[in-house]
Amino acid sequence: MEILVALGEIYGAAELVDVGSVQVSGVSFHNLGDAGLQWLEEMAADGRVRAPTTLNPAGMDLLDWRAQGIDEGFAAQQLRVVAAYEAMGIDPTCTCTPYLVGNRPGPGEHVAWAESSAVAYANSVLGARTNREGGPSALAAALTGRTPAYGLHLDAPRRPEVIVSAPELGDDTSLWGALGCWIGRNAGGHVVLLRLDGAPPALACVKSLCAAVVTFGGSPLFYVEGHGPRPPAGPAPAERLAVDRAALQALLVELADGDDAVDLVCLGCPHASLDELRQLAALLGDRRVVVETWICTARPTADAARADGVAAALEAAGARLVCDTCFAVAPLDRAGATVATDSVKGCYYGRGHNRLRVHVGPVERCIEAAVTGRWR
Amino acid sequence: MTGGRVIYRGRARGRALVSSAPLSFFGGFDLDRGVVTERGHPLEGCCVAGRVLVFPTGTGSTVGSFALLRMVRQGVGPAALVMRECDTTVAVGAIIAEVPCVDRVDLPDLDDSAELVVDGAEVHIDER
Repeated sequence: MEILVALGEIYGAAELVDVGSVQVSGVSFHNLGDAGLQWLEEMAADGRVRAPTTLNPAGMDLLDWRAQGIDEGFAAQQLRVVAAYEAMGIDPTCTCTPYLVGNRPGPGEHVAWAESSAVAYANSVLGARTNREGGPSALAAALTGRTPAYGLHLDAPRRPEVIVSAPELGDDTSLWGALGCWIGRNAGGHVVLLRLDGAPPALACVKSLCAAVVTFGGSPLFYVEGHGPRPPAGPAPAERLAVDRAALQALLVELADGDDAVDLVCLGCPHASLDELRQLAALLGDRRVVVETWICTARPTADAARADGVAAALEAAGARLVCDTCFAVAPLDRAGATVATDSVKGCYYGRGHNRLRVHVGPVERCIEAAVTGRWR
Repeated sequence: MTGGRVIYRGRARGRALVSSAPLSFFGGFDLDRGVVTERGHPLEGCCVAGRVLVFPTGTGSTVGSFALLRMVRQGVGPAALVMRECDTTVAVGAIIAEVPCVDRVDLPDLDDSAELVVDGAEVHIDER
């Protein structure tokens, strides 16, 4: 509660509001270290959540970690982290897409979410209201059931300040991610109204946009004109920006620093939906991967994929369906290796955290890299 | 001497480390050494340990709060944070890691040789 009162005072919140749900980040032991684990265990000594709460990805598949090459020491510490959260009454489904597995707030609902991509999704797609909480302030909201009403909980800060005109981007998740990166770099932290010269983004594409926009400095709230949540009434934004397809394609090239020979292919950042898993299985067809291929997803999505047969198809092709974690937060111990991904966010964290080199491009190209070992 | 908004009250001094770009404490940092690793970032290769970090705002990962805590507990954290506009992730990181933090400070153009003293809402340049 002291954390929440401090934040409320700093940001001039007039009141605390009840939260409908919470998403907590700070789960991977690779990120938390001993300092974070110790802090969490202190919180777990007497803390119990008062709102439905889900968790971000951990540093390993919580069941299948040996196959992932995780050592016993790391696994023990990681399991302590999850045990501390469970002791507080938190659902240990570890995913960056809680909105795909049951934690799905409604329009106007106040929530306290961490995980920057999910914060953007909650605000921009679901129309819920949340600030970009840090892991500890999200946990504080879970333990009290409340959060200070400032920032994106209020109407005025939710008004768009910049109109960004963007071209038709089709269903290429990497280009939507590039658009997020471009917005982050060019629109600062301002709330953006996207004016699209084409269809609104499909689920996989809007996930990619949400993930990239906050990674590169953008606001975790944007609007798509004529589609989804509408901005509060107010004057139209005065500032206007425009981006074309060539600039976005140039961004994908600029972000890349990998070799032509690909060592690893990572898809499912943010965690893949069942439809995305089906698309990947269809792209693979009866071919087999020749490099290690991770497809990251939430465990309930993987369970659905097992019932559906799509998990078997992906595994028959040699791909690994990885639950509870992802290549951005797991310890990979593969510094210098080249990874191919369709995720602009994953590109940033894969490089920053695991010191990978990257290629980023459409899923079709990533699947070709998986079956040929080359980035073409 | 100039005053801003207190995010976490405290007193610290150190040499300035000034960034023109926002910072993500997670993803763009080597947390064991306190070194910025983000490719192309103005502070790439700089160590924040013991420095008064002057930057516009935080961005990106919401794990940044824990990352700041981790660097501070390992002795490689910044001495204080002076920001243009503090975001929630950095604010809560400063609170749990007990790092003096102030934003909305009207500072002159600084370079990294300036010795800064942060004391509550006040930030001043030590002219010694």
